[in-house]
Amino acid sequence: MSIQSNNLHTESSTALPIHVQDLTKKYGEMYALDSVNLEVKSGEFLTLLGPSGSGKTTLLMAIAGFNRPDSGSIRFGDEEVILKPPHKRGVGMVFQSYALFPHMTVAENIAFPLKLRGVSAAEAAERVATALKTVQLDGLGDRGIEQLSGGQKQRVALARAFVFRPRILLMDEPLSALDKKLREQMQIELKHLHEQLGVTTVYVTHDQREALTMSDRIVVINNGQLTQIGTPNDIYNHPANAFVADFIGESTMLPLTHDGSGSLYFEGSLIKTNYKTSDAKEWSLVIRPERLTVVKSGQCDPEKTIVFTGVIREFIFQGDTAFAMMSVNDKYNLSFRFGTDASSWQNAMQPGDSVSLGLNRSDVIVIPGGLEL
Amino acid sequence: MNWLKKPASDTQLTHGDRLWLYIIAAIVMFLLVIPTLIVMPMSFSDSQYLEFPPSNWSLRWYYEYFESSKWMRATITSLQVGTLTMLLATPMGIMAAYALFVSGHRASKLLFAFLITPMIVPVILIAIGVFYSYGRVGLNNTVFGLVLAHAVLASPLVMIVITSALRNYDLNQERVARSLGASRIKAFFVITLPQIKFSVMTSALLAFLTSFDEVIISIFVSGGSNATLTKHMFAALRDFIDPTIAAISTIMILVSTTLLLATQFISSRERK
Amino acid sequence: MSAHNTANFNAEGRRVEPLNEKSLRSLDIQEQRLLLSLATPAVLAVIAIVVIPVGWLFYLSFTGSDGQFSLANYQRMIEYKSYARTFVTTFQVSILTTLICIMIGYPLAYFLAMLPERLAGFFMLAVLLPFWTSLLVRTYAWLVLLQKNGILNDLAMSIGLWDSPLKLVHNLTGTLIGMAHIMLPFLVLPLYGSMKKIQRDLMYAAANLGASPVQAFWKIYFPMSISGMVAGSLIVFVLCLGFYVTPAVLGGGRVVMVATQITAILEHQFDWGAASALGVVLLVVTMLILTVATKVFKLDAALFGKR
Repeated sequence: MSIQSNNLHTESSTALPIHVQDLTKKYGEMYALDSVNLEVKSGEFLTLLGPSGSGKTTLLMAIAGFNRPDSGSIRFGDEEVILKPPHKRGVGMVFQSYALFPHMTVAENIAFPLKLRGVSAAEAAERVATALKTVQLDGLGDRGIEQLSGGQKQRVALARAFVFRPRILLMDEPLSALDKKLREQMQIELKHLHEQLGVTTVYVTHDQREALTMSDRIVVINNGQLTQIGTPNDIYNHPANAFVADFIGESTMLPLTHDGSGSLYFEGSLIKTNYKTSDAKEWSLVIRPERLTVVKSGQCDPEKTIVFTGVIREFIFQGDTAFAMMSVNDKYNLSFRFGTDASSWQNAMQPGDSVSLGLNRSDVIVIPGGLEL
Repeated sequence: MNWLKKPASDTQLTHGDRLWLYIIAAIVMFLLVIPTLIVMPMSFSDSQYLEFPPSNWSLRWYYEYFESSKWMRATITSLQVGTLTMLLATPMGIMAAYALFVSGHRASKLLFAFLITPMIVPVILIAIGVFYSYGRVGLNNTVFGLVLAHAVLASPLVMIVITSALRNYDLNQERVARSLGASRIKAFFVITLPQIKFSVMTSALLAFLTSFDEVIISIFVSGGSNATLTKHMFAALRDFIDPTIAAISTIMILVSTTLLLATQFISSRERK
Repeated sequence: MSAHNTANFNAEGRRVEPLNEKSLRSLDIQEQRLLLSLATPAVLAVIAIVVIPVGWLFYLSFTGSDGQFSLANYQRMIEYKSYARTFVTTFQVSILTTLICIMIGYPLAYFLAMLPERLAGFFMLAVLLPFWTSLLVRTYAWLVLLQKNGILNDLAMSIGLWDSPLKLVHNLTGTLIGMAHIMLPFLVLPLYGSMKKIQRDLMYAAANLGASPVQAFWKIYFPMSISGMVAGSLIVFVLCLGFYVTPAVLGGGRVVMVATQITAILEHQFDWGAASALGVVLLVVTMLILTVATKVFKLDAALFGKR
């Protein structure tokens, strides 16, 4: 199932970059946005990722014009829009609740922005039909909104948001009301749609997996501040701090000590050399559970692999992978994840067994800061 | 009678256990409805004295009503005032309800309370106060004066109904409409209003009825050729029991019932 | 990333305003003003019809017959027994009416709350029908029903309840009956509303934990219905205090309540000072009762949220 290809390619050249500068919004004493600076590249799919209350929706709404920041600038291309009312900003928007107009049919909903722009009835009908085709809802134009399923409503909301060829598209957790399978399917479809339309897209979600799936770049937000910006790969493999490391993917964080000359140690083992230990006072080793493998201690090249030895405390079968927890020196709990194929002798593990786990040195992630988030 | 043994409550009481409740409820409902119903057949009685059941049936009191210029003028005045009140109070109430609901300002709670005061201040006070004030500016015995007073009495009702409707409505739709290019005003008229139209209709009917049935202010403020139906009826009730009133009451009951059923019908349509 | 910088300083150490702060704030103020201005017609109307007239009444109550400031009107109220009697009667009628409404209204509301949806709508008409019928018509109906040779007397005598026609109207009895009939919907509707809010799960839980139906009702259901009952009773009580039409017609001049006395003073003596003083006292008493009750029963949400 994929989004049909049609000649919307021409729009990509008219996508706009977004420049957010020093954007601040306070509610009483609470900073929803704290002097945020962000550059969204023309045509990219950027995700704002963060927990609830982090400010991601506030930022999106500010870009759309639905809340008024206390200070700052928002420019679409060269044009300052922060003082413009929402109906003059020309962005397409999809809400979590779809917000489809129940007193209009599917076609009327989609035609609404076209009518407002004075598009002739004939042309509007044509563009609505094309849009419906793009989201795979051909022929459903005359349906009433209540007759649609959740997934269908979502597509109508999408069609309505791009039919008038906006140069920026904003989406506020549009898939969170859908069930898991449909959500995963729609994630891929949205990605295809974006490739086709070439529109600059800002997407808000709290689901890190969704962010990793769909984005060109991810912006991690916490407490109204941008903590890290990068590609999914960057964010996952090179988290900048404990918050990002903990929020994205699973991880175990182990405290590291510094010897004063650029080397970091965990319980005596050398973890990393030539590390620029500039302003932080603590450092942590971040280990992704799937990067650990069971090894026979003594059989590994210490130049390539760091070995942790300990006792299995927990073992849980979870279908496609299994999850286990190993305690090291009775102090630290290392979680690791591995495949459950029949040949995997790791399946024979029991709580209480003594085991050695190896981490490839190239998979080492070090972050400044400690385990208190 | 095995219906009596069927469970009727969440604690497994049967209908039989609850019989006493059903009987009390039935009596109360009977007493609530009966008085108004009794009036109706009495209006068809031929006699000068009110009697039930009527010994002779006739329509004479209806003729009295329709042929009396006093009653007819009063009826027209009441209909006029009611309609004008409806036309004034409904938009006034909707605008106020919408503004206060949408604005996040701290002032809006206070304003809402302020606009509700006509319902809290005893009507007799408003009546004599308005009577006095109107006396000084010559607004007594005018349709305009009465409509203004009635509108102030009716708009809190409109506000309450509309506020409740807005609570059950997804305001995001207005935001979407604005993101798609509609100004705030356009979004309200094209998107929001059609979706609360049933509440608008109900509140308009309520406004009409509030004015049409209003007694106290009308007694003081309307008069002469602009006297309302209620004013004349009240005078008649106090002084002597004119059976014409039975006929008028019957008509008013029919009007009220029709309007009530209309709102029930409207709100059931809305729920779909 | 950044400290909370509400004031930036540039290289010369001069204070630099955060980007666009002034324009954004003025846009915000503009928008708020525009919205609130929608409420202006209503506000002006309320000022014209409630604030100014009631203000006049306050002024008049403090004005003596010579046009100067005087407390004579209020003094008269304390001296003349008729005023005290009026207040006593008013409170009597109001309290009795409220109690009657609670006695017969609670079972009715409970019955309605227990009904399944479709039936509830139908039976609710029994409450809504009188509510929508003109006050005058209902008062008139009771006037007719309760007469010496009215239906009630005829019926009662024919089944032997009493021998000679009882005087049921143009007195306190008739007034109470009429008032109760008028006020009942004002109690039943909020009470019904709060009863409907009580979740069924609670009664299941009570039964499961060992409560008999009667216990479950008194310990769980009744306490939760109290807020609606108090709200309804308050509405009824306050309405009764200032009520005019029904006591005037059904009381036959023997039941003198504040509103009827105010009207009588204006009709017979045209003494605005006395009438407005009485009115002011009524207003103050009403406001006091409402404020105290709202604080005590925490009714702000109930009264301002919905009817």
